[in-house]
Amino acid sequence: MKSSSTVFLAAFLALSASWAGFVLVPQLQLGRVDQAKTVPTGDNYPLARAGLAAQGAAVYRSLGCVYCHSQQVGQDGVKVEVVLLDAGTNADNTLAAIRKVSAELGRPETFIGLPKKITEVADMNAADALLKAVSEAGGKIEANVVPTGPDISRGWGRRRTVAQDYVYDAVVQIGTRRAGPDLANVGTRRADPNWQLRHLYAPAAEIPGSTMPPYRFLFQERKLKFGQHSSPDAIPLVTAGKFLDVSKDTGPADREIVPTEQARVLVAYLLSLQADAPLFESPVTPPPAPVVTTNVVVAK
Amino acid sequence: MLFGGAAVWLVLSCGFGLAASMTFHQPALFADCAVGTYGRVYPAWSHLFVYGFAIPSGLGVGLWLLARLGRVELAKPFLIAVGAKLWHLGVLVGLVAILNGQTSGYEWFELPRYAAVLLFLAFVLMAIWAVVTYSQRRETALYPSQWFVLAALFWFPWIFSTAVLLLQFFPVRGVVQAAVAWWFAGNLLNVWLPLAGLAVTFYLLPKLTARSLQSHYLALFVFWTVLIFGSWTGIPLHAPLPAWMITLSSVATALMIVPALAIGAIVFLTTRGAPVTGGGGPLCYSKFGAAALVLATVIAALAACPAVARVTDFTWFTHGVTALRLYGFFAMTMFAAIYHILPQISGVTVSPQRIKLHFWLAMPGALLLALPLLGGGLAQGLKMMHAEVPFLDATKAAVMGFRLSTVGELLIAFGSLVLLVNIALVVASYYRVVAKTAYAAATMTPKAAEVKS
Repeated sequence: MKSSSTVFLAAFLALSASWAGFVLVPQLQLGRVDQAKTVPTGDNYPLARAGLAAQGAAVYRSLGCVYCHSQQVGQDGVKVEVVLLDAGTNADNTLAAIRKVSAELGRPETFIGLPKKITEVADMNAADALLKAVSEAGGKIEANVVPTGPDISRGWGRRRTVAQDYVYDAVVQIGTRRAGPDLANVGTRRADPNWQLRHLYAPAAEIPGSTMPPYRFLFQERKLKFGQHSSPDAIPLVTAGKFLDVSKDTGPADREIVPTEQARVLVAYLLSLQADAPLFESPVTPPPAPVVTTNVVVAK
Repeated sequence: MLFGGAAVWLVLSCGFGLAASMTFHQPALFADCAVGTYGRVYPAWSHLFVYGFAIPSGLGVGLWLLARLGRVELAKPFLIAVGAKLWHLGVLVGLVAILNGQTSGYEWFELPRYAAVLLFLAFVLMAIWAVVTYSQRRETALYPSQWFVLAALFWFPWIFSTAVLLLQFFPVRGVVQAAVAWWFAGNLLNVWLPLAGLAVTFYLLPKLTARSLQSHYLALFVFWTVLIFGSWTGIPLHAPLPAWMITLSSVATALMIVPALAIGAIVFLTTRGAPVTGGGGPLCYSKFGAAALVLATVIAALAACPAVARVTDFTWFTHGVTALRLYGFFAMTMFAAIYHILPQISGVTVSPQRIKLHFWLAMPGALLLALPLLGGGLAQGLKMMHAEVPFLDATKAAVMGFRLSTVGELLIAFGSLVLLVNIALVVASYYRVVAKTAYAAATMTPKAAEVKS
């Protein structure tokens, strides 16, 4: 290159192209995403975080939790589980209908212990014939979309996370490293606020061998006078012995551990992390509510 | 001035890096101290390394290159010094804010907006006079290093202002924030640092081996490909962003292998059979730096393939690649430049033993920091992929690698101390000479006056 204008032109072209691609276009594509309806229930999703949780998001950011915890669930794909709920009044008829679709499933054993998952197929289309046959024969059947992948199997979420999940996050804390587990659904997974508080205070007491640093500076240790009752908001030491073992410097039971405001709002935020609503772009069918009892006549 | 400040920040950043990795050895270390928590110490490390050390030293070297290659004096050195002071002030403000919990929450861009504004103004102030220096050049023919410095001067204000405006002043919604932050980080780490570093490599290698750069065409090819491919990198495989962005970014990261190979060819062809040996001096630093860049880029390109990225994403592997890029390539290249430039501008020689000592601390340090993290990250990722392996086992698979990397970090920290001492001694003896001259001049004056009268 002989002239400086060529250098600047090169830099300008390259940078403006990438700026347009990775800043402008995403903004056009996703910048105005708003609440969506869940499928099929039609609830609004997501909801903005309520007061305490919103304050907790600031604490989460300020403590840099994002450097060890991601908030994104991945999935490899989906499978469709076909669940037979009820064989219908004429079980023989239903069985015959199933047999026409799949000889393997068309055996009386299929009807033992309903409701149950009778087969797994790759997609909805593959399940269609079976659904149609059984419902026409008077049986009740449904197909559930179940995402698959290591994150899902670990119980970190029921589906992958999508852009919709982050619409109201003021500073998205997606994260790129997992020195600790993913937290996109920690509010569903660990819904007990006291567990969260104890875990923040002494992680290894709740999860033996945990590598997470204790966040004792989010708690106050108060000394109790003889006969004094502990404060209502002190964290319940369910297994006090185990608890005190870990935080070596806390003394015997004449002390109480009281979470500070920061700890409380942080836990409120953690509990609000629930990215599992079924959405159009990331379908998941809730598993059927457990049916107490159904007496099915097994066809012979 | 820029170098001295940069070295101080580098030492500090090493301190924070060490403190951060100690958390993984002894989690309860900072349990009672909010400032010492990992989530603050780690960003303090990256903030100090990138904004405290990398950018000012890159800028300082760039200024020197523009003046040297243009055969002119720097324009308005006073204003440039003001810019440098302002920059260091911004870094300090950012550091205090991060430790205080006022981080922006974006990786590689943790400084809050008041610090960001300071840095932006400081950079623009220095860049303006750099461009003025360039336009006053007496040597009209352009050398490849000048392209790289000019592009770097142009690049940073754009990406930085985009990040500041769209993330902090007028925040975009939801995942678009993540897209902007990743775009910024990708451009910073995969374009800006290579531009500033390669400007040095392509100047020093021919200079020190007393041969010509092999060749200008290859350098031009590297220039274009780094700009075009590098600017599209940065978005990880799992990101909850549209698939086209992830695909494009993976492809761009994989294509970075093209400039990497070209850089390798340039270094090999230029230094092959040169009659000079490095002896732990700037040549060694520069060669090692270029090799580390090639290695890091090739590894990153391989890890961009979805099959590999599924394993390595979210693990220490990605951090290992970044460490190789930051310490192995950029820091080493800057050390080469600093040791080459300092004696020239101050007239004071740095003891070759101490330069050698620094090299033999920094070089193994960089390798020991990065390579175990790569291995540990792989082990971690392979376990993380299998849901039946408990998560904690996966985390602990990386522990050995992590311990080794702390040793590497320790070596680097000692090396940085040596650098600081080297720079301090040069500055001290420079000012001693200046003071002596001034003293002599001051004591001379009356005599001269007497003579006249």
